[in-house]
Amino acid sequence: MINIRKFIGLLFATVLLSSISTTSFAIDKLHFVIGGGAGGGWDGTARGTGEALTKSGMLKSASFENMSGGGGGKALAFMINTKPEGTVLVQSTPLVLRSITRHKGYVKGSGVLSYKDVVPIAGVIGDYGAIAVAKNSPFKNFKDVVAAYKANPSSVKMAGGSVRGSMDHLIGALAFQEAGADPNKVVYVPYDAGGKALAGLLSGETQILSTGLGEVMGARDQVRIIGITAPKRVSDAPDVPTLKEQGFNVQFVNWRGFFGPPNMSSGDKKKIAKMLGDVQKTPEWEVVRKRNAWVNIYNPDKKFVKFLKQQTKEMTALMKKLGVI
Amino acid sequence: MIEGILIGLHTALSLKNILMVMMGCFFGTIIGMLPGLGPMTAIALMIPITYGFEPATGLILMAGVYYGAVFGGSTSSILINAPGVPGTVATAFDGYPMAQQGKAGKALAIAAYSSFAGGTISAIFLLFAAPSLSKISLAFRSPDYFALMVLGLTAVSAFSSKGQFLKAMMMVILGLMLSTVGQDSLSDITRFTFNNMNLTDGISFVLIVMATFAMSEALTIILKGKDPSRATEQISLSQLGSIRLDKEERNKMLKSIPRSSVLGFLIGVLPGAGATIASFLAYGMERNYVNDDEKQKFGKGSVHGLAAPETANNAACSGSFVPLLTLGIPGSGTTAVMLGALLGFGIQPGPRLYMTNPEIFWSVIMSMYIGMVILLILNLPLIPYIARVLATPKNFLIPLILFFSVTGIYLMSFNNFDIFLMIGIAVVATFLRLYNFPMPPLILAFVLGGLMEENLRRSLLISDGSFNFLWDRPLTLIILLFTISIISWQSLRPLIGR
Repeated sequence: MINIRKFIGLLFATVLLSSISTTSFAIDKLHFVIGGGAGGGWDGTARGTGEALTKSGMLKSASFENMSGGGGGKALAFMINTKPEGTVLVQSTPLVLRSITRHKGYVKGSGVLSYKDVVPIAGVIGDYGAIAVAKNSPFKNFKDVVAAYKANPSSVKMAGGSVRGSMDHLIGALAFQEAGADPNKVVYVPYDAGGKALAGLLSGETQILSTGLGEVMGARDQVRIIGITAPKRVSDAPDVPTLKEQGFNVQFVNWRGFFGPPNMSSGDKKKIAKMLGDVQKTPEWEVVRKRNAWVNIYNPDKKFVKFLKQQTKEMTALMKKLGVI
Repeated sequence: MIEGILIGLHTALSLKNILMVMMGCFFGTIIGMLPGLGPMTAIALMIPITYGFEPATGLILMAGVYYGAVFGGSTSSILINAPGVPGTVATAFDGYPMAQQGKAGKALAIAAYSSFAGGTISAIFLLFAAPSLSKISLAFRSPDYFALMVLGLTAVSAFSSKGQFLKAMMMVILGLMLSTVGQDSLSDITRFTFNNMNLTDGISFVLIVMATFAMSEALTIILKGKDPSRATEQISLSQLGSIRLDKEERNKMLKSIPRSSVLGFLIGVLPGAGATIASFLAYGMERNYVNDDEKQKFGKGSVHGLAAPETANNAACSGSFVPLLTLGIPGSGTTAVMLGALLGFGIQPGPRLYMTNPEIFWSVIMSMYIGMVILLILNLPLIPYIARVLATPKNFLIPLILFFSVTGIYLMSFNNFDIFLMIGIAVVATFLRLYNFPMPPLILAFVLGGLMEENLRRSLLISDGSFNFLWDRPLTLIILLFTISIISWQSLRPLIGR
């Protein structure tokens, strides 16, 4: 018993000492776990953030680990089961959506894994949803789309870059719901990637495209973005109107953020959250942000948890209406 | 346009950019040769480096890696039956048998010449028609893609000669079944995953190829013991490395190259297809052009069967730059990563790119010519040495193939479940091989099956559940009629001939 106490005492002393010796860095090193392969969105977020943190001198070293499987579920389970120290997991809106739809990778026994099983540290960036039409489309704004839909529901087919019940589907469904239409009657045509959905729209087989703003930025010469789900216009695309200013109060953000293992101490969490916020003010971050066309949406700690709770509630209601769950 | 070409030439010929092409081609070739590691991963990891460069330089480097990988991927397809990139799977159909007959050097040379020709011819198309070709990219809708995939399946006939028909068809069905594993592409429902979350994303194409080709080939050699490889052991090593083609082989190659480069390029321009589909289609179509004697050789080391897919995959690779640069539409994971990089440079792709940023648009195309020459120079002299890989004693070569298969698949997903899945599939495939079941139909069905189902169901969604889409559009109808005529021609001709 005494031995254990001694040991704890010693451990405590070591921790104290080591914290003194590393005053120049907020944190010594951080390991990023990425639930997908190289080149994906999560990968870019983790590596970009790590790069900005180390280059700005806030972090001594960053390491990365790709762990794909189960749509990110494998990496999430890894965080929960092995509780690795000094490690954060990058995740985004699918964490919320996949626990609602009970995606196979997120099911554990009779329950389901969600943000509650890990420690939400902070949301750092986000992408707003966008509704786009081809440049030569008769639809000039979202009101036109709603009018056409109300006249003949099957005349408006909505393309998206992922399956039913995914983010792309929900963005459009939210907008139609807000316009007083039954979102379940809108024909949603899924493609297996954003680029293919875009090709579908431009080939004329669908009339509108519902996806992330980032997916259509590359094709701004071919498409007209008739509404985004942001509270106000974004600086990277100042000519693009929001749905809100057209009278449809739709707000949706595909957040990306970081989570700690379930046993992460409150002190560590706060330290990392603060660091993720501070880094956004550095020029090093700005370089990374600009090249990836990210939108800074810093949402730390308790605010982040509240946001996740709210998003879970809203999305559950919408998906029930859509018959996805 | 002349002015643009001159600007492009000027940019592409600067010392820095030539160096970048060389670097890109070199890394691409190596990445292509290593099974599993594809150009997408390489380019994604390369992006941070390119941000210090001018946009044109960065894109030239990335493009070099891309077509370099497709060029280099054929080497491992031919030598060890382990395709380096998905686009070179069809290369193994005839390239590997050819190498087994002691003609590895020739096979590698044919692949190199065909890749060079395919890449160069399609770069000419790009040069003269890129802006207007974007219309073709957008001409295809889901029903047309569905019809195209059905047409692609007719290539199965290449493996079903001589009483193999039933076995080939059984493998087609097995391939179609495997393609349904995982999350359904249209709804959120998972199929045949047995509650295993490692299967929710489906079985990856590379995994299937590595299991049924490289690994099961190695296992078959082990099981069969010494007797079957006797023939290859007899062949002298000097012959193995010879890259000299005789007149007949050269003529055959020259016939296949033009038609396959046009086909490959056009398929590459379509955002919903790509290099892999292009090579399969070219392989299947090539068999329709040649005479009966040649038909019998397909799958057993035919020059046509090797030249066609090798030309087509490189042509498709250049073709995929059309939707990327002129529309901002990425057709594959690799081009999606490149689009991200372009946007990061602050470049807006679009039909006006060749006016707003002529130095980028034209220099990338011009750099392709330089790249193709570099790849040829890089590859040809090395062939005699690379071909000697086959001279390695089997008890060293086989463990090496197994090692590269396992590490390759792990590097793709960083998921060790995939390793066990690959071994499991390879064991099953080995038994099937011992009973003479052909593997290529399985691969073909696996690739086309997923796309066929997805496009069929999407077409049905768009047409509100009616099957009218099959004949509503002339393009769909033409492709389907063409498919029917190929099938009936092939099944009726033996009867008429008698």
